[in-house]
Amino acid sequence: MANIPNELKYSAEHEWVAGDPAVGSVVTVGITEHAAEALGDIVYAEPPAVGDAITAGTVCGELESTKAVSELYSPVTGTVTEVNESLESSPETINTDAYGQGWIFKVEITAEPKDLLGSEAYAAITN
Amino acid sequence: MTTLRSPLHDEHVALNATLVDFAGWQMPVRYSGDIAEHQAVRTAAGLFDLSHMGELSIRGTDAAAFMDYALAGRVSAMKLWGAKYTMLCNDAGGVMDDLVVYRRDWDHFFIVANASNKDRVVAELTTRLEGFSASVEDVSAQIALIAVQGPLSAQITAAMCELGAEDIHAMKYYSASNVLLEGGIHAFAARTGYTGEDGFELFVGADEARAVWQLALARGTELGMIPAGLSSRDTLRLEAGMPLYGQELDEHTTPFDAGLGRIIAFGTEENPRGDFVGRAALASAKAAGSAKQLVGLVGEGRRSARTGYAVTDADGNQIGIVTSGAPSPTLGAPIAMAYVPPAMAEPGTVVGIDVRGRREEMTVTALPFYKRAS
Repeated sequence: MANIPNELKYSAEHEWVAGDPAVGSVVTVGITEHAAEALGDIVYAEPPAVGDAITAGTVCGELESTKAVSELYSPVTGTVTEVNESLESSPETINTDAYGQGWIFKVEITAEPKDLLGSEAYAAITN
Repeated sequence: MTTLRSPLHDEHVALNATLVDFAGWQMPVRYSGDIAEHQAVRTAAGLFDLSHMGELSIRGTDAAAFMDYALAGRVSAMKLWGAKYTMLCNDAGGVMDDLVVYRRDWDHFFIVANASNKDRVVAELTTRLEGFSASVEDVSAQIALIAVQGPLSAQITAAMCELGAEDIHAMKYYSASNVLLEGGIHAFAARTGYTGEDGFELFVGADEARAVWQLALARGTELGMIPAGLSSRDTLRLEAGMPLYGQELDEHTTPFDAGLGRIIAFGTEENPRGDFVGRAALASAKAAGSAKQLVGLVGEGRRSARTGYAVTDADGNQIGIVTSGAPSPTLGAPIAMAYVPPAMAEPGTVVGIDVRGRREEMTVTALPFYKRAS
């Protein structure tokens, strides 16, 4: 069973958000273990670029595994402040440490996030 | 339609396999990880459940003559215990399925068909039986197919035998033998496979599948063998340049288009061959030349071409189509197979691929991408 940490928030498109999801804060975003397991071994990650304006619920990048390509959605609206550059050479970190070293990007929130789920609600949609 | 379950279903669940719907069957796409499973097959061994494949038994006084009429290759010339890769073609020379045929006796042939085509193959062969004293029997439900593939496969498979271990080591690639596995289990063992490595495909009774699977794990795990699923099976066969029906092969494709014209036996003056289904159309196709040619492509970027992506020229116009593509674990680069016009089929030709709106370049290369050290 995939791990779903209680302290994180989640989107319906299987991203997690770490940090206080309020306007002005910088939060960290990645994909959940459930999503990483479904994708299989990730061989290429294309996060958004630093400075990009991204909108909640829209595609901001992509992840590619041996078997499939998956679009990366942004769970919040804001501006990208940082990108995990280690994923360039080691995209498989998303599989081995989805909630830690496998973080994908950081974003400064500019609009109040409306659709984030708590860990129980996210667990319900992955069953 | 209810999804069918392999006799090894409970084993896959116990191993935490990710199961997917494949050709109406619930099959394991991966167990531990696609790349790990792929690499295990290349360096040690992988254990595959292939019970979804179709198996047909062809018997009768006219069995050999019937096979010669119904299929593209000269099956009647097969040695006893031989194996032959061939195709079932339609009247227009299009491929209805690619098959492996085993000769179990002078008047007994065993055909392995793709799971997705099994029913159509049975129906078509039955239609072609007219006038021949022979029978076609679908034995798929009674048979389980377990494959051990990789450089250590002979060692592992031999270690599974109560009788016949020497045959496992001695048999040539693309031949077969009957062996007795530990526990008194009869197996038809074929030195064939879909990975580009040495390997053995073990056909056993469906009710003995679990015992054979567990026996294989008992003998092979300490040597580095791990269970391997359909995902690694696909990247392995792609690296080996082997076609997949429904992608490289279909009814609108001739064996010549796919670079497999050699499997068609037209016969010679000294050794003529009688009529066979699709003969006239195939002869015309050979004379006319193909309008499309299957090529290998290798990329330098990180993004892979995938089935259905457009192959484009320097101006971005579509000139061909990708049939299969994935990141190659062995080459560390994206690889693909595609149909292109013959003028673009020369190795070294650079083509564009429309990868989800962005152009990536790939270079035409001779198949296979990978060949095992023999």
